[in-house]
Amino acid sequence: MELIFNKSVSGRRCTQFPANDVPVLKEIPKKYLRKSPCNLPEVSEMDVVRHFTNLSKLNFSVDSNFYPLGSCTMKYNPKFTEDVARLEGFTKLHPLLPQLRLGGILAQGALEVLYEMDRILSEITGMDAFTLQPAAGAHGELAGVMLIAAYHRSLNQKRKYILVPDSAHGTNPASAAIVGYEIINIASNKNGTMDIEALKAHLNQDVAAIMMTCPNTLGLFESDIDTIAKLAHAQGALMYYDGANLNAILGKCRPGDLGFDVIHLNLHKTFATPHGGGGPGSGPVGVKKELIEFLPISRIEKRDDGTLYLDYKKPQSIGYISSFYGNFLVILKAYAYILLLGKEGLIRTSEHAVLNANYVLAKLKDIYEPAVEKTCMHECVFSASRQILKNVHALDIAKYLIDCGIHPPTIYFPLIVKEALMIEPTETESKETLDHFIHCMREANRLTQENPEVLKKAPQTMPISRLDETKAARDMNCASL
Amino acid sequence: MSDFIANTEKDTKEMLEAIGAKTLEDLFSDIREHQKPKSFELVSGKSEFEVIDHIKKLAAKNATNLVCFLGAGYYDHLIPSVVDHLSSRSEFTTAYTPYQPECSQGTLQAIFEYQSSICRLTGLEIANASLYDGGTALYEAMMMARRITGRNRVLVDSAVSPIYRTIIYSYTKNLDIEFLEIPVVHGQTDRNSLRKNLNDQVACVILQNPNFFGAIDDHADIVEDIHRVKALAIESVYPLSLGLLKTPGEMGIDIATGEGQSLGLPLSFGGPYLGFMATKREFARKMPGRIVGQTTDAANRTGYVLTLQAREQHIRREKATSNICSNEALCALRALIYLTALGKNGLLEVARLNYEKAEFAKSLLSKIKGVTVKQSSPTFNEFTVLLPKDPAHVIARMIEKGFAAGFSLERYYKDMKNYMLIAVTEKRTKEEIVRYAESLESALWS
Repeated sequence: MELIFNKSVSGRRCTQFPANDVPVLKEIPKKYLRKSPCNLPEVSEMDVVRHFTNLSKLNFSVDSNFYPLGSCTMKYNPKFTEDVARLEGFTKLHPLLPQLRLGGILAQGALEVLYEMDRILSEITGMDAFTLQPAAGAHGELAGVMLIAAYHRSLNQKRKYILVPDSAHGTNPASAAIVGYEIINIASNKNGTMDIEALKAHLNQDVAAIMMTCPNTLGLFESDIDTIAKLAHAQGALMYYDGANLNAILGKCRPGDLGFDVIHLNLHKTFATPHGGGGPGSGPVGVKKELIEFLPISRIEKRDDGTLYLDYKKPQSIGYISSFYGNFLVILKAYAYILLLGKEGLIRTSEHAVLNANYVLAKLKDIYEPAVEKTCMHECVFSASRQILKNVHALDIAKYLIDCGIHPPTIYFPLIVKEALMIEPTETESKETLDHFIHCMREANRLTQENPEVLKKAPQTMPISRLDETKAARDMNCASL
Repeated sequence: MSDFIANTEKDTKEMLEAIGAKTLEDLFSDIREHQKPKSFELVSGKSEFEVIDHIKKLAAKNATNLVCFLGAGYYDHLIPSVVDHLSSRSEFTTAYTPYQPECSQGTLQAIFEYQSSICRLTGLEIANASLYDGGTALYEAMMMARRITGRNRVLVDSAVSPIYRTIIYSYTKNLDIEFLEIPVVHGQTDRNSLRKNLNDQVACVILQNPNFFGAIDDHADIVEDIHRVKALAIESVYPLSLGLLKTPGEMGIDIATGEGQSLGLPLSFGGPYLGFMATKREFARKMPGRIVGQTTDAANRTGYVLTLQAREQHIRREKATSNICSNEALCALRALIYLTALGKNGLLEVARLNYEKAEFAKSLLSKIKGVTVKQSSPTFNEFTVLLPKDPAHVIARMIEKGFAAGFSLERYYKDMKNYMLIAVTEKRTKEEIVRYAESLESALWS
């Protein structure tokens, strides 16, 4: 589509502001002013509406397409949560209001949402307290690793390493490195879970923490997780839980009970807030009681009379993780979702997420090589290793699915699976949708054998076909200036 | 109770059969008995009507009828209706990060246009797809400058938002970075102190314009000094002010960041907000976050893709330029729609309104007995006043009169007892400003 800048016509206007009703008293000295007005497009309101409406139509989305993007939990995002997030009682609330004297009383409703979410998430995960400040999963990881660093610092220990399994999301090693740790990758065993012997070889008193995802990125539950936690704790290392895959285990087990000390959640995955094309997310971090004193400020506390207030007097705190209390409206949507589902709904969520993934696994494992031959949790991982014999790659299968109206699964991740196709159907998809997906995947395999060109040329049904990514990186044309 | 699960009992039975399992519980056999939850005490589910009702009651406990003169980096601006309507389209909201470009051109082109708008706004050459907020964006800029220069000393103007500074110091406690704060004289960066501390150990100097006290500055002379020692100049900017003010690009700034809340995002009790970042082309490969680039397909049709991904965590893992993954894409879309709806003239107009209304407020407040409006440097839409009484008390009294009156600077600047920060945006009418001045006078003296 034409860029909005190219639709600009001099003199055309969309938004009109109220006329100035105060006298103009002074001009800003010229040396402080920009040389010419900012070159934004001059378009009518209709131009704006058509442009963005037509752009939106170029997207696949959960509301329009099956979106089994592994590790991303693209479940249905309930509409009523959008309504509560539009209530002016929240949207108009200035974040500094409760920091003014007597201001706390003016934001009791918002503080209650945060206080309740801390409590609810603690119960769901078996942790003792949460901070809701982190704005996304990786931001939560960063906060979590900072908490780990603060904990060891308080014991006068300088630990150098963080251990990360080779199946981990890239954010894990990246987050740990940013806080100043060196990363040691731990190999997975042939069952796809952490190799305990490899772990033991690297585990010593220089290790600050082990970061794990459970179920892991192969969609497998780490049954030896308590053994791993015991080994870590024996060396004084902490256990970090990446909550990307929490959708598999709601009400089935809790990271806190399994020996994890610090965890982050992705509210935009497990708790159904929309991903927004790459955010805003929300990545709350939960800790065991030994780490509560290090949580970021402010903390929300309850007075004897039941009113809530912000407490900034926490000398051991790691400080500010975000400017205020987190991505509040995202937290609010997740809160509404959890209240609606309740205990039974959350348990059923995990049961059907796991059922749907295993159904896909069962129906495709005769033609696609499963990464591991066993029951999976909320997602299943295949390798296109058989298809590659016909020179068809995971990428080609992914692009063919676009022509079927299906958003492709995650591909080439986890890195330890060759030609990986990582499929997470989520609990909100029906059997008919899964059957259609299974049919399309089987068609992809038939075409691989009979007419691989169709896959190589896919997608053919979109406004554009495969793009030249090398050219994009080389030309670096990243803005119309 | 609804839980959005489509599978019926019949479906479930058929699917379990296909899997070869008897019950749903069988699928969880890897979780051993002793690993099961020690507790899972949550209330039962409710209908959406009951949940909405409950949350409406919570919303009603928040005071949103105060006329807002409170800013401190987060402002009560007018938002055109199109912003909400278009950004709420679920083709945008329910899509993921655009990893598959052929079916994500809507999001990708919007990000490209957003990046372009941020470049035009800041006068710089390349922008990323967004960061979490203004504070974390500034932290990322500082880390980027360290990577580029290989140096570890950072000079920070003390008129940079104390919230942002606290974020930067919090994030770097475990790293070997030496921070030095540059004092403020007459509301602007102290040039002498800065020059004294600039040397070839310095990675970057962090500035803000307008600064936390609302004062406008032209940092061009400082930037020259900074470049002389081959350090980088970082400036946090208030994007709306760039409708009028000299751009970071015009001052020679190397990395500009800022809080994008003023670009069509409601205050929302602190988030979601939008961190933006723009820089010079030569630093593009050191920049954190997603970047969208233009390219072509085999038929030479133009399209957009995530590019320069070799910087990012999913490829580079512990060697990535940042750990950021999910960012604030939908907020960036809102900012783009806002800037597009305003256009060239609308942005200029709104920036002027902010300046003119604040000047009008200054003129009224300076007439109140005992109130001194600080006039040493020009300001944009926020300014500092010295009150004859403790602002915390005055603010509390003003709440009773229906105003969020401002922010007490002593909270972050211990030596600024009795100083208050007041913001006046385009949203404030003459009547509100007059009433504010009258109320302040009576809060002080009656």
